[in-house]
Amino acid sequence: MPVNEQNVFAPWEDPKAKPLIKFENVTKRFGDFVAIDDLTLDIYAEEFFALLGPSGCGKTTMMRMLAGFENTSSGKISIDGVDVGGVPPNKRAVNMMFQSYALFPHLTVYENIAFGLKRSKMPKDEIAARVDEMLRLTRLEKLARRKPHQVSGGQRQRIALARSLAKAPKLLLLDEPLGALDKKLRQDTQFELMDIQEKTGTTFVIVTHDQEEAMTVASRIAVMDEGRIVQIETPARIYETPNSVYVADFIGDVNIIEGNVSPQDGGVHHIDWAEGQSPIIAHADPSIANGTRGFFAIRPEKVAISAERPADRANAFQGKVLDIAYLGNVSTYHVALPTGNIVKAQATNSRRLSRRDITWEDTVWLSWTDTAGIILTQ
Amino acid sequence: MNIRRIFLIAVPYLWLGALFLIPFGIVFKIALSDGALAIPPYIPTLDFSQGWAGFKDFAGKLDFENFRFLASDDLYWKAYLSSVKIASISTLATLLVGYPIAYAMARAAPEWRPTLMMLVILPFWTSFLIRVYAWIGILSNEGYLNQILIGMGLIDEPLTILNTNWAVYIGIVYTYLPFMVLPIYAALEKMDDSLLEAAEDLGCSRFSAFWLVTIPLSKAGIVAGSFLVFIPALGEFVIPSILGGSKTLMIGKVLWEEFFNNRDWPVASAVAVILLLILIIPIVLFQRNEQKQREAEE
Repeated sequence: MPVNEQNVFAPWEDPKAKPLIKFENVTKRFGDFVAIDDLTLDIYAEEFFALLGPSGCGKTTMMRMLAGFENTSSGKISIDGVDVGGVPPNKRAVNMMFQSYALFPHLTVYENIAFGLKRSKMPKDEIAARVDEMLRLTRLEKLARRKPHQVSGGQRQRIALARSLAKAPKLLLLDEPLGALDKKLRQDTQFELMDIQEKTGTTFVIVTHDQEEAMTVASRIAVMDEGRIVQIETPARIYETPNSVYVADFIGDVNIIEGNVSPQDGGVHHIDWAEGQSPIIAHADPSIANGTRGFFAIRPEKVAISAERPADRANAFQGKVLDIAYLGNVSTYHVALPTGNIVKAQATNSRRLSRRDITWEDTVWLSWTDTAGIILTQ
Repeated sequence: MNIRRIFLIAVPYLWLGALFLIPFGIVFKIALSDGALAIPPYIPTLDFSQGWAGFKDFAGKLDFENFRFLASDDLYWKAYLSSVKIASISTLATLLVGYPIAYAMARAAPEWRPTLMMLVILPFWTSFLIRVYAWIGILSNEGYLNQILIGMGLIDEPLTILNTNWAVYIGIVYTYLPFMVLPIYAALEKMDDSLLEAAEDLGCSRFSAFWLVTIPLSKAGIVAGSFLVFIPALGEFVIPSILGGSKTLMIGKVLWEEFFNNRDWPVASAVAVILLLILIIPIVLFQRNEQKQREAEE
């Protein structure tokens, strides 16, 4: 995805654009348990849409309803303008890549990819051409005659992808597609997925609990909790402007400080968060009513840590270093304020470790500008 | 190679030698002898007191006459053929009955599976002979089956099932059903359900998903179960002699009659040797199937 994605590809901001998938007031119940609660959602063609949430939030149920394995209890799902209620999975122009990959162990890689094509009425030579194309796309040409148990985990993942793309579906569903891969392979595969999505122009809907994965691949992310969508936004906006403490906390690392909000001049707000401490100064737009209980949220990398008090920052608080998590490229400092609050600050390790000037038990200053954090009211 | 390893390898070979090769050698030797009114009822017998000359004399009198006799009298090859036919039909019938049972067991809720498995194994807790005799009470003209069918008004005259090949088929299917169900269940139980969903997702109907995915993945179980039924059914003696009629021709029965009615041990032994040779083919195929499956699982 290019950096200026909003200018290049943002059909959700175009009121004339017609969504490929529409969820309209969809509810799904399993007995007494409400898996999906009155959910309305539009997904547009050629999107790479991520459903993100903890296990049990309903994201897998949504995917299974799109594939046709589950029916809605109420509400309507339409794909390309057609209501798909009651349409079985084998009659939908939707394919799915399963979390376990579900490769047929008795068939070769080639036969696995050809499986769906053979079920359609496609002529033999066209099937062969299509399978070869898929093998090339996923760089599996040399493995065509092998059985799934004779190839590596990463290769199995690519076979599953090739098989689900072979029928050129309008919509491809990916259920935790990279969950079984180790971290390094996962990162490479994320880029491969994006590349293939762009090349084929297929709409991808991915289900994941890994926020980093969703951030990397998706054009938009829907953060889910208990059968509801909490926020739908682009990765950058969901990170920078989460709409709730839940989203801020689920995506990445965050410091949350609770306090009473009082608006000042020019969009500036004060948050009184502890007795005897100067208020936190932050911008908020639109303005927040006086006396609202609010949560100030700031990402650790936006908090600066220094031995001396910086002169030009709107917010500066003194504290003591409690812990240092050294991650190689960056270090996260856990700093205890006199009030007992623990604030995390992240700094790039631009100097060698031995030359680091801040260590455990040091008294330090934490500081940030008035636009570095945001105020959340829920 | 150390002593421990030699010992480990020696144990199964000694077992095989003592319980299979030596008895087979004895049977084969009797098959090469001639019948006689004596105890034991065949000549020659090996006389150790004569030394080497006695052994040469003994070996010179052995011949393949009994095998030539088996080939000339059509009773025997008809009995072999009929046994193969009855065993094949019974195996197919057991498969048709056993597969749905195994499938239902594998689809049942996990907490029910041990109970269902128990129910399949349970009949083994009573004597095989009693269970086969019990079928006489069910299948005879005045038996429960006929009483029920007449009571329901489905038939007017009782069906003659007992003492026909039908009763033999029923007896074999009933007796060997667990040998078919258990290997197929084992194959189906470890199948990943998402494979069927994947097949449907790729355009299969429920039925074609079953045909293209479930059946091929349970093939090893089907093959193993079929051999486990076919091999003992081929030489079966008890079921045809209790449930079958005078027209039921099976090699196990012929073997029994040669031994105990005719007291012709040499011919009976020759029959047994040929039966074993017929069985070697499916046994080797069975072993191959098992090995292939082990390799696939590695």
